[in-house]
Amino acid sequence: MKIYLSLADIQRDLGSGELSCEALVKSYLERIAANEHLNAFREVFSESALAKASEVDQKRSAGKAGKLAGMVIALKDNICYKGHKVAVSSKILEGFISVFSSTVVERLLAEDAIIIGRTNCDEFAMGSSNENSAFGNVANPHDIKRVPGGSSGGSTAAVAANLCLAALGTDTGGSIRQPASFCGVAGLKPTYGRVSRWGIIAYASSFDQVGPITHTIEDMAAILEVISGMDEYDATLSSKPVPAYSKQLEVTGKKRIAYLEDCLNKDGLDPEIKQHVLGFVEKLRAEGHTVEPVSFPYLDYLVPTYYVLTTAEASSNLSRYDGVHYGYRSKNAYDLESTYKKSRSEGFGPEVQRRIMLGTFVLSAGYYDAYYSKGQKVRRLLRDKTQAILDNYDFILLPTTPGTAFEFGANSADPIKMYLEDIFTVQANLTGMPAISIPTGKHSNGLPFGIQLMGRRFEEGELLAMSKHLLAAR
Amino acid sequence: MKIDHTTVDHVAHLARLEFDGAAKDRILNDMNNMIAFVEKLNELDTANTEPLIYMTDETDHLREDEVKQEITQKDALLNAPKHDSDYFKVPRVVEKK
Repeated sequence: MKIYLSLADIQRDLGSGELSCEALVKSYLERIAANEHLNAFREVFSESALAKASEVDQKRSAGKAGKLAGMVIALKDNICYKGHKVAVSSKILEGFISVFSSTVVERLLAEDAIIIGRTNCDEFAMGSSNENSAFGNVANPHDIKRVPGGSSGGSTAAVAANLCLAALGTDTGGSIRQPASFCGVAGLKPTYGRVSRWGIIAYASSFDQVGPITHTIEDMAAILEVISGMDEYDATLSSKPVPAYSKQLEVTGKKRIAYLEDCLNKDGLDPEIKQHVLGFVEKLRAEGHTVEPVSFPYLDYLVPTYYVLTTAEASSNLSRYDGVHYGYRSKNAYDLESTYKKSRSEGFGPEVQRRIMLGTFVLSAGYYDAYYSKGQKVRRLLRDKTQAILDNYDFILLPTTPGTAFEFGANSADPIKMYLEDIFTVQANLTGMPAISIPTGKHSNGLPFGIQLMGRRFEEGELLAMSKHLLAAR
Repeated sequence: MKIDHTTVDHVAHLARLEFDGAAKDRILNDMNNMIAFVEKLNELDTANTEPLIYMTDETDHLREDEVKQEITQKDALLNAPKHDSDYFKVPRVVEKK
């Protein structure tokens, strides 16, 4: 069967009768089976996907199908889907079955998307290479000796290898955008408060957002308008109405775009990626947009602030894994305290334990003010400075990643070196802004890479329109 | 600052984790590296800056306080490593074996 890169193509062939959802799902299942070596999926939901496909086919013949009919989508392994397993690639949740669905899943199904499986990721979404999964590495479809990025690496690899049309990931510090860049697909982190976190396994609650991973901006817009908006189960959501993103994908008028000189001059930024960003600067200028360099003096403070605050939130969120209510319980436990300690020490992997320990430390008596509170104060400085730039510009243009996908093990010896992979992506999470990585680059080493665009809060529509334009201009 | 084994033991207890032998040395080393890394924040003057705590501008959305049965007892016990028909089971709490 032919490979589809957009929902529009699928829906056209469904409309002409050339294709059925059932045949489409079967072809994806075959492709998944043929690409098992990528280890992109933790589990394929063949049965429920085929059942949903035949339901959608019936609805289509009755003229009652939802707007995502034909959208075959994968879920990162931290998004709950009732009656299906979810484990955020951790031993501590192995075998766990969701007893309710996340809001995003409910909304996708209501519009007749077909959920094909759950994808591998870094354990508890903590990582930038997918090497922290308790269930093996995911291979980058462009070069299987290399990482797909992380933490939503299974999701981006699955989309890049056409094992599904789209996927949902989560992004706490770049976990959608960084692997999207490494795998050559588009990935969006929406504004904090745009998409419900109900039913998403929490990592750092003031940072986490669910977002789509797709080939096209049109598909991204279609998914975003379905999953966004108020939900009585997540009090951090904005009451701002959700625009019809897919109906406003044209850039209107001349825009003001800032690019951060500090980012482009950062040591370790691949010169080809720098040139690529500057190429877009020239292109946009030639089109009459205003593109100006802006200083962001806090670049080197982003990742440290991120690590203080996210590890603190993680230490609190992950305290629920107690070996009692659900998840792994150690066979070596002999009383209540050892049930907690041994279950958690045996169930969590090393990176998760590292982050819980740092997070517990920065929240502990005597250190709270010096580390945690300090981090929250710096977060305000970062937010205010970023907001000030966006008061004056429509977008900030920057690289997504310092380089292209690296080889397995390249950053494993030094956790901090791995953390710095996120240097250009954490700003959006620290400040709550929406940001997207779009697959515009092709390095001379043969690997893809993305550029990143950050926008004003709740202006995903503007961001998507400009992204579509840049993707067409690549 | 640099932390030592005593702090690691204290923090590990708070986090309900345990580290022994080489694992303890590793986590001590990793934590010291991470602490040195995040201490970069001390270069910034935040004397007149309030902490940023909430990332949303929304005021509370209130709803009616209605009783709803959203998950059954059976489902609540579904994923428990040990349970009987009504309860989660844990090892004996009041005396050690």
